[in-house]
Amino acid sequence: MALQKVLGTETEYGIVVRGDPGFNPAVASSLVVNSYPGTRVKVQWSYEEESPGRDARGFGHDTYGLIDPEGAVVNSVLANGARLYVDHAHPEYSGPECSDPLEAALYDKAGELVMQAAGDAASEASGRKVSLYKNNSDGKGNSYGAHENYLLSRETPFGEIIRYATTFMVTRQLFTGAGKVGKENNRPDIDFQLTQRADFFEEEVGLETTLKRPIINTRDEPHGDPSRYRRLHVIIGDANLSEVQTFLKLGTTALMLAALEDGALPDPLDLADPVEACWQVSHDLTLRRPLELDGGATATALDLQQRYLEWLAKYVEKELDQPVWNQLLEEWERTLSRLESDPMSLADTLDWVAKKRLLQGFVDRDGLEWSNAKLRAFDLQYHDVDPAKGLYNRLAARGSMRRLFTDDEIETAVSNPPEGTRAYFRGRCVSDFSDSLVAANWDSLVFDVGESHLKRVPMMEPLRGDAERTGALLDEASDAADLLRRLGG
Amino acid sequence: MSDRERSKSRDRSSEQNEEQVDAKVETEADVEAIDDLLDEIDEVLEENAEEFVKNYVQKGGE
Repeated sequence: MALQKVLGTETEYGIVVRGDPGFNPAVASSLVVNSYPGTRVKVQWSYEEESPGRDARGFGHDTYGLIDPEGAVVNSVLANGARLYVDHAHPEYSGPECSDPLEAALYDKAGELVMQAAGDAASEASGRKVSLYKNNSDGKGNSYGAHENYLLSRETPFGEIIRYATTFMVTRQLFTGAGKVGKENNRPDIDFQLTQRADFFEEEVGLETTLKRPIINTRDEPHGDPSRYRRLHVIIGDANLSEVQTFLKLGTTALMLAALEDGALPDPLDLADPVEACWQVSHDLTLRRPLELDGGATATALDLQQRYLEWLAKYVEKELDQPVWNQLLEEWERTLSRLESDPMSLADTLDWVAKKRLLQGFVDRDGLEWSNAKLRAFDLQYHDVDPAKGLYNRLAARGSMRRLFTDDEIETAVSNPPEGTRAYFRGRCVSDFSDSLVAANWDSLVFDVGESHLKRVPMMEPLRGDAERTGALLDEASDAADLLRRLGG
Repeated sequence: MSDRERSKSRDRSSEQNEEQVDAKVETEADVEAIDDLLDEIDEVLEENAEEFVKNYVQKGGE
């Protein structure tokens, strides 16, 4: 039985300071992160255990020297176990480790509320309106990431991941795209495409995330016991506003990886040229374009996704017969069948369809050309986290988007950690022992309890530190020193 | 065809007509909904689209 797919998302938000076109994005991002008014601890992020330059294929690169010092300046851990910090020129919310894709989608949405609150506070502090955007491209050739993370067994050979996941990642764009006006990165001209990111993928496999982006990223940084775990760092997705879509993106991918680890997938169907297919899928509004497979046959992205659905439905029936996975299969099946018969009927479910419907409405009503700046402005504004300005938010407020969560549930997820992973321990320590918490990392916390040296609590097991194991201990501890004593340190 | 069957078949065809009418109403409602929606969005759209798009530049990241 495959390891439980602990998972989470990390999203860099676009940032604009109104009335100041020459603003410094690193400074503005620091202001946003520093202004966040919610419960959190500003910590020194300990890079000791981090190694973004380590390659899963076995090559070693030491990139400590490349870590942007700006990133180390402003760092905080939130009461929900997330990390809020400045990544180069963007404020980034890295959600807590979650036990299932529904929970991970909820904590991804909580990140929008965090950014909204931080943006409002930054506006107040600076006297200028700071706007934040949950998107992945500025339309001028600059892309920034929405990454996903999945826990895998160290025993899973990386070659198998490449073999099975490549076709899946390219074809899942049908329902992971957030939609974009125009093309970038020298791809062919297009009025509108399914995704924000596809134009930027230039390699099949690689370590980079900022240039020559690969479909399969080989960063080998498990944030856990490296002898037991891998973390698959997926960089090919778009940030989604639609709750259903985030659930679909994370759920289908986690399920595919679990089945892969259990050897439950038949031989993969390989694309002849995954990099070309990547943007071709995104540029094909008909959803009917045949993609060339290894060996000369062709199939559409929808055909290929249908195959994965069939395989994984069988896998769930045999191995994972739980409500969350059955809910996922239902959404997946509904989505693929509507993409086949009437894609526009998913305007309440998928960001790219919702956006396309509105844009087409403006084009038809006002006789606009697709190159009109209004449509580009509109595209950006879809992603504004401000509830009054953001077009997704306006649609959701009207009841025009299907939801998975209530506003209350999302609000609760801002200040309470998920209960099934070590994020629980991290989040509770932020809420209860913030005065003593001085440094943090995904797999450790460092406390200053007034002794001659700092005390480090390692958390190398993502599934430990959960509510069941540590809830009572945290409830009973009178302070951090007491907590450490009870932990046996 | 017995009277009963005939009446059943009539029922079916009248049901079908009703469904068609419903479908038409739904399409009109949809059009109306998008018009309303566009009107609502007009009010919040960025005032100077060209300027806004020009200034939206995001460098660095990932």
